[in-house]
Amino acid sequence: MAIITLNPIQKPSLLLEADNIKPDVFAGKSLDEIKALHVFMGTDQLTLGEFFEVSGDSGATAADTKIVIDGDISRVKYIGMKMTAGEVVVNGSTDMYAGAWMQGGKLTVNGDVDAFSGLAMTGGELIVNGNAGNYLGAAYRGDWRGMRGGVIRVSGNGGSDIGTFMRGGEIIIGGDVDVHVGTHAEGGKIVVKGDAKSRVGGQMVKGEIYVFGDIEVMMPGYQYRKDVDLEVDGVSGRFALYEGDMGERHPKKKGVTIYGQLYMKY
Amino acid sequence: MSKIVTDVVCPFCGTLCDDLEVSLSDDGKEILEVYNACAIGAAKFLHAQASDRITRPRRRQEDGTWKDISYDEAVDYTAKMFAESKKPLMYGWSSTNCEAQGVGSELGEVVGAVMDNTATVCHGSTLIAVQDVGVPGCTLGEIKNRADRVVFWGCNPAHAHPRHMSRYSIFPRGFFTGKGAKSRKMVVVDPRCTDTAKTADIHLQLEQGRDYELLSAIRVAFRGEKLPDVVAGIPKEKIYEVADTLKEGRFSVIFFGMGVTHSLGKNHNIDIAIAVTRDLNDYTKAAIMPMRGHYNVTGSGQVWGWQFGFPFCVDLTRGFARYNPGETSANDLLMRDEVDSFFSLGSDPGAHFPNESVKKIANLPSVCIDPHITPTTAVCKVHVPVAFVGIEVGGCAYRMDNVPIETRKVVDPPEGMLTDEEFLKKVLDRVREIKEA
Amino acid sequence: MAEFLVKNGFVYDPVLGINGDMVDVAVRNGKMVDASDVGTNATVIDAKGMTVMAAGVDIHAHIAGPKVNVGRNFRPEDKLFNATPGKGVMRMGGGHSVPTVLRTAYTYAKMGYGFALEAAMPPLLARHTHEEMRDTPIIDEGALPVFGNNWFVLEYLKNNEIENTAAYIAWLLRMTKGFGIKNVNPGGTEAWGWGLNCETIHDVVPYFDITPAQIIKGLIEANEYLGLPHCMHMHGNSLGQPGNYGITLETLKLAEGYKPKGDFGRDQVLHNTHLQFHSYGGESYTSKGFASASKEIMNYVNSVDNITFDTGIVTLDETTTMTADGPFEHHLSHMNNLKWVNSDVELETAAGIVPFIYGKNTFIAVAQWAVGVELALMAKDPMRCFITTDAPNAGPLYRYPRVWKWLMSLKARDALLEDAKYGDKVRNACYIGELDKEISLYELAMMTRAGCAKALGLSHMFGSLKPGLEGDVVVYPYNPETADDPELIEQAFGNAHTLIKGGEQIVKDGEIVSNGNKRTFWVNCKTNENAQVQHDISEKFKKYYTVTENNYGVSAHHYTPNPYVIEVDATK
Repeated sequence: MAIITLNPIQKPSLLLEADNIKPDVFAGKSLDEIKALHVFMGTDQLTLGEFFEVSGDSGATAADTKIVIDGDISRVKYIGMKMTAGEVVVNGSTDMYAGAWMQGGKLTVNGDVDAFSGLAMTGGELIVNGNAGNYLGAAYRGDWRGMRGGVIRVSGNGGSDIGTFMRGGEIIIGGDVDVHVGTHAEGGKIVVKGDAKSRVGGQMVKGEIYVFGDIEVMMPGYQYRKDVDLEVDGVSGRFALYEGDMGERHPKKKGVTIYGQLYMKY
Repeated sequence: MSKIVTDVVCPFCGTLCDDLEVSLSDDGKEILEVYNACAIGAAKFLHAQASDRITRPRRRQEDGTWKDISYDEAVDYTAKMFAESKKPLMYGWSSTNCEAQGVGSELGEVVGAVMDNTATVCHGSTLIAVQDVGVPGCTLGEIKNRADRVVFWGCNPAHAHPRHMSRYSIFPRGFFTGKGAKSRKMVVVDPRCTDTAKTADIHLQLEQGRDYELLSAIRVAFRGEKLPDVVAGIPKEKIYEVADTLKEGRFSVIFFGMGVTHSLGKNHNIDIAIAVTRDLNDYTKAAIMPMRGHYNVTGSGQVWGWQFGFPFCVDLTRGFARYNPGETSANDLLMRDEVDSFFSLGSDPGAHFPNESVKKIANLPSVCIDPHITPTTAVCKVHVPVAFVGIEVGGCAYRMDNVPIETRKVVDPPEGMLTDEEFLKKVLDRVREIKEA
Repeated sequence: MAEFLVKNGFVYDPVLGINGDMVDVAVRNGKMVDASDVGTNATVIDAKGMTVMAAGVDIHAHIAGPKVNVGRNFRPEDKLFNATPGKGVMRMGGGHSVPTVLRTAYTYAKMGYGFALEAAMPPLLARHTHEEMRDTPIIDEGALPVFGNNWFVLEYLKNNEIENTAAYIAWLLRMTKGFGIKNVNPGGTEAWGWGLNCETIHDVVPYFDITPAQIIKGLIEANEYLGLPHCMHMHGNSLGQPGNYGITLETLKLAEGYKPKGDFGRDQVLHNTHLQFHSYGGESYTSKGFASASKEIMNYVNSVDNITFDTGIVTLDETTTMTADGPFEHHLSHMNNLKWVNSDVELETAAGIVPFIYGKNTFIAVAQWAVGVELALMAKDPMRCFITTDAPNAGPLYRYPRVWKWLMSLKARDALLEDAKYGDKVRNACYIGELDKEISLYELAMMTRAGCAKALGLSHMFGSLKPGLEGDVVVYPYNPETADDPELIEQAFGNAHTLIKGGEQIVKDGEIVSNGNKRTFWVNCKTNENAQVQHDISEKFKKYYTVTENNYGVSAHHYTPNPYVIEVDATK
């Protein structure tokens, strides 16, 4: 796999929108062509080369291209947005929309990601070795089609609104999360290895949520069903299975009503 | 003989009362009395007459004192500020008419601004919820004529929208509600025992910040599913009772305010309140309505809706419109240092924004358009006083239920004063000149 | 003012009987003139190898007003990655199914349209509709206030008081600056005030004790009493329900015996809009339970001469449905579980808005597509059948050229059915497989302009290139002699080469170069003094409205800065 390395050389005075930083755009381009790609700061259209030192080679296709960003890009948005293949590694933190609308490939952030990362993702892997901001793997405003595929793995804590309107795929949070987990979910799987505050699985139609730690306030529309022994993301244990949200509509499959499932580890 | 102007529209809150009568001096220049208005509305009309009113733009000096400047100088400062900005924030747009909002939209487009209105600290969360789940609503006359179950959730109209209950929601005798208040059951949900709560048939004094859980519980109750003994501090028996009360009405309505829009969970509280209303429509007829604050914040969302497709948090910097509250919202932009100039019109962010944001405004090139001296003018570099919309100039405004009403001009503004619309047009022309040069 | 001479094009003008002949077309001082009447200074547009028509006239679309704006504001996802920057005289635009007003204007211009009728204006919210129309450049527009659930109308018609109904309608048209009479789910929307509906034309409206049939007949009579330019514009009961064609036939038959009155040259007394949604047989939406009833409907429509209709053809897109038929939208929200806006308007009407996906791989969406296409193909008189998508209900506005492609090309229809998962089942349940007709450009000109203009009472202004009419001419880059690929139809008719509107060049070489001189059309109908109606109006405002009577009327200066007022005298 060919590797292109970006070294930040200038911090944007406001912020940078860099939706071009993805293998799909870099593939098949020379270093000069990559440097000439557009980035935006407010109304200013600038070039990638003004903010990054660019070295290495791009592959012929996105799948053959790996982008390594060495340094802090916590004021750069849209890293890996809509990427379909290949790999991006950020050795530092990124701003909003990391891996948003991602369809394939792998985006690793060795640092934190800000809000709206993995938004409406349909495939690929988003690995965050740090903390994630709000709306991780959520739907774009107004859309009932949230995350539909792929995996998001965060080693640290998550924010609020994780997996809102989720329909598929998997989100694993190593630490704690803020309010609203899997709200309006209609599929998919969310694992929280730490504690959750409240509003877990509110208005959930179907899907699975696993919480290893405590939930400070349970939703009133969840009913205890039974205990089950499970292995979840490599951790074995006994879980209490709750179903809900009883206040929400639910589909039927072969005459049986399907609920959202909330597993709480003992 | 004083002269009476009738059918005057009150430019204060989203109730947009249109039955005011204003008596003027013989020469028609001075407002003497305001009839039918609430105390706040009347004060707004009379305040316009203040003898110490600022009538010319002012620019802050190095030493912090103000110096009067001409409107042309203010136009030039504003236009240059925009022309030199990479990402200007144009905020407010709620206490002005739709005509000014329209010119402002074009200006925002030309300079590549982010446009946000007061919904951002008010009912923006409602707008987000509506985008997620829709909203069953109606005009206020439907409430007046049909509603027999009225819920006020996290709002206190007795103080914030003083004539709401008498004009629309509780007391009026409508076509199918001939007995007025007697034909209605009133439910108030509020952690505080407000003056509105004191007049209610049922007051649910829930725990602060547990609205989402209580609304969810009502949905569970609608479906006859079992509930924990207590939710949000309310015993389940009471929850079942309220659920039945709402279901048994012929027409139920929920009004809600900032008690739910800006407490924990924000848009989700509204989202689930809408879900409650949607559920109710399977049993009876039901509607839900935000108690919008500024008299034309609703219009601002409408104008941007037809021009850009979004009701607030509109980012025009890239030449096309984008939208995502949390990113393109005024406070997020200010706190994250994403904008490099600030323009305020028809609002008072100095009073409404968190201190952290106001400090950022104070460090930016900034212009405030406002008839009054406000906490915002106190932190801005240039203050441009303008005529009062709805008093000194007419124009369209949208009531909280999206009914557009044309406000009236009652008196002339002080000589030589510009309106919002006139000032914005001059800035737009000047920006175009600068851009072409 | 500028002069234009459009030369060498293939001209289609059914009013003048020109069917693809190479005729020169000229505009001077904003009006059509004889080619010999323009001077040598005229701007010459070489339309060689292209198609020339009068500008299009849209008889039914939802493009401006409160429910349209709900559609915009509550669907940010409709604009995600679908927004365009301004360019030249164009401002920025955005939106797929519910475009911003600017994009609406540019879309119409690129499709060669000059006039569009906003199909439903809630009277109390008329200012909103006018503000949006004012801010929509280029295209002339008018709007139809809705009447079929208005309390005045229900009360007057219950006692068959046609004169009072007419006087009230004339007053309301003046107050709202409206164009004519829209009638949506008569009675059903008032019933929706209580969460109910009127599913047939004989269901009694709760409290008001009147039936939809009485409302429909009454509004036809009031319309003809006044002699308005357009006729009663009908959206019947039970829209979208399988088996509803019987109700539709009953509705259409209510027009029997009525003849148009007035000076505007139309032949019809009832326009049934988006007839597709009203032409369903069967009893469910499944491939086993659904059947097209387009033939049953068209047998009747073809047998009479006082009815017109528009198609409302489904375009198989994700779109946004919006209608004053409140109970229908509620029903729809239960079918797809998507977000639902309802907006009831005191004493007058309601609206519902729900996103909807017409999936190419579902049976019912393609069957609905077939029903709409069948109606147009079965129409014997193209001057009475108009092509619409009920935009955005059956599909977005910008899809018109795609619809024309389907109607003009059997090959395109076959390709669609071939590609659709349940194409064969649709052929079985519908008549589409029996129809090999292809609409000609001559017929297209009737169905998209000449006929529409006539039905709107605007044939003295639009729909033809006849000298004296408005100088509205479009040149499409379509060569009828050489075009063999149906895709060329869609491309050409969505990208006009030239549009001249009101004597001004709007589109030049495919680019929008002017925002034109947009006008708002409304009908000022004079009636005799009617003390009873004046009294009733005052009473209703005092007791039941939440705005005062004096704050109800739409003033000219803010809302219709450039009006075109059609005067009607109904005092005789």
